[in-house]
Amino acid sequence: MGREPGIVRTYLRVGTLFELQYRVNFFLQLVQSLVALGTAVAVIALVFSYTDDLAGWSPYELLVIVGVHVLLGGVIRAFIQPSMQRLMEDIREGTFDHVLVKPADAQLLASVQQFSIWQLVDVVVGAAVIAVAVANLDTGLGPLDAGAFALTLVLGAVTIYCFWLLITVGAFWIVRMEFVAELFNGLYQAGRWPVTIYPAWLQIGFTVLIPLAFAITVPAEALTGRLGGTMVLAALGFTAAIVAVTRWAWRRGLRRYDGASA
Amino acid sequence: MLDFYATVARAGVQEQFQYRAANYLYMIGMVVEPVIYLVVWSTVAAANGGELRGFTAGDFAAYYIVWTLVRNMNIVFTPFGWEHRIREGRLSGMLLRPVHPIHYDLAYFAGWKVVAITLWIPIAVVLSLVFRPTLSPTLPQVLAFLLAIWGAYVIRTMLLFVLGMVTLWTTRVTALFELYFTAELLLSGRLVPLELMPAWAERVADVLPFRWTFGFPIEALVADLSNAELVAGLGMQVLWSVIGWGLAMWIWRRGIRRYAAVGN
Repeated sequence: MGREPGIVRTYLRVGTLFELQYRVNFFLQLVQSLVALGTAVAVIALVFSYTDDLAGWSPYELLVIVGVHVLLGGVIRAFIQPSMQRLMEDIREGTFDHVLVKPADAQLLASVQQFSIWQLVDVVVGAAVIAVAVANLDTGLGPLDAGAFALTLVLGAVTIYCFWLLITVGAFWIVRMEFVAELFNGLYQAGRWPVTIYPAWLQIGFTVLIPLAFAITVPAEALTGRLGGTMVLAALGFTAAIVAVTRWAWRRGLRRYDGASA
Repeated sequence: MLDFYATVARAGVQEQFQYRAANYLYMIGMVVEPVIYLVVWSTVAAANGGELRGFTAGDFAAYYIVWTLVRNMNIVFTPFGWEHRIREGRLSGMLLRPVHPIHYDLAYFAGWKVVAITLWIPIAVVLSLVFRPTLSPTLPQVLAFLLAIWGAYVIRTMLLFVLGMVTLWTTRVTALFELYFTAELLLSGRLVPLELMPAWAERVADVLPFRWTFGFPIEALVADLSNAELVAGLGMQVLWSVIGWGLAMWIWRRGIRRYAAVGN
């Protein structure tokens, strides 16, 4: 530690200045976010016109999940996906050399090189949805629940970052990985519902293969008073494991990389 | 003209078959969407005592498995592609050809459909083994379905051609496209069978083209439609194809005048 926070700050500032040139995009993003949210709410309304509980979840509890889904989606598209897609491109084109020659940790540099700040609209919209939903819950929200929510949400974001980087590192072996973003966005939609409604084999997939359970359902469980201490520990353990695996895979990938001239 | 279609379609088959791995992963990603809907609605049906307005879990499974094929038939030239066509000057080349570019789009993507349907069959088999659909169509239903999926393809090609050409007037089209796709998602039967929508939404859907490109082809095979209803549905598809064709021709004539103005 030492220079790292400064590096992150500088990249963040440059990325922000770059995007501030395109201010109309803010309004376009706002329209898109609201349309997407309207659709999600319409679906929930439709589902609950036929039943008043979906696999043990009430309408407002499900709205908490929608809020977490939107918020985390915004974090992914603002901070994670842009850098990862740039990294895939760099590896393919050989311009990853420019990252490697800089005198700082390459994983850090590669992970902060690009931001899309307008996507933060979704973070705000998601937080607002969570606030509205929690205010309408029958069960109160204790400080312990709020703390567990904040912790599991951060762990979830780290998990998703590791997941993205693991897939991106695949580009060191298989060059064509662009379809991955498409695939991930399709799979991410599944997180809009509690993973417990899926058949067992899909639940395993959404927990281990794509960490939607830990990233979305678990934080939502914290806010709706369903989360026990064991689950928080499990989330901690899972995140620690995936961070270690990602770091290991990153090192292996670097050794595979030949550079632009090879 | 038939010769033109056959040649372009063959090129489409050959080109897309090279990308079969990418096509396959794309399809697997696409399958997630109906599986989510299927799981959610099956859960609601189970909570409701096993059925929802006559839909059992098996009916939902049949609906959303046929959905995956209809979704593939709905893939046409994307309206987002028009920006590329205009900015890169592709449109100039298209203008030089003696046939209208919509024929090229129709033929090329029709060829791609052959690849898509071939790749789709194993996916449908797996989904059927997992989700156990109840499906017992009559012969007229099967025939109507085979016609209706191509009707859906023609209508959607026309409509998205018209939508995409809006790019010639303004470059800020993303929000417009999003609104269009959201309306389509809700009112076509893609999200949920239209019978489960509130009555007013179904009436709105009746006057829009969306249900004829998605819900109708599925229902033709899955629901208990009478022969008269099948013929009426196919008739609506012909009607919307003609309207779409008229709109496409009209906007094309106006649009290329704009393009010439921008290009010089």
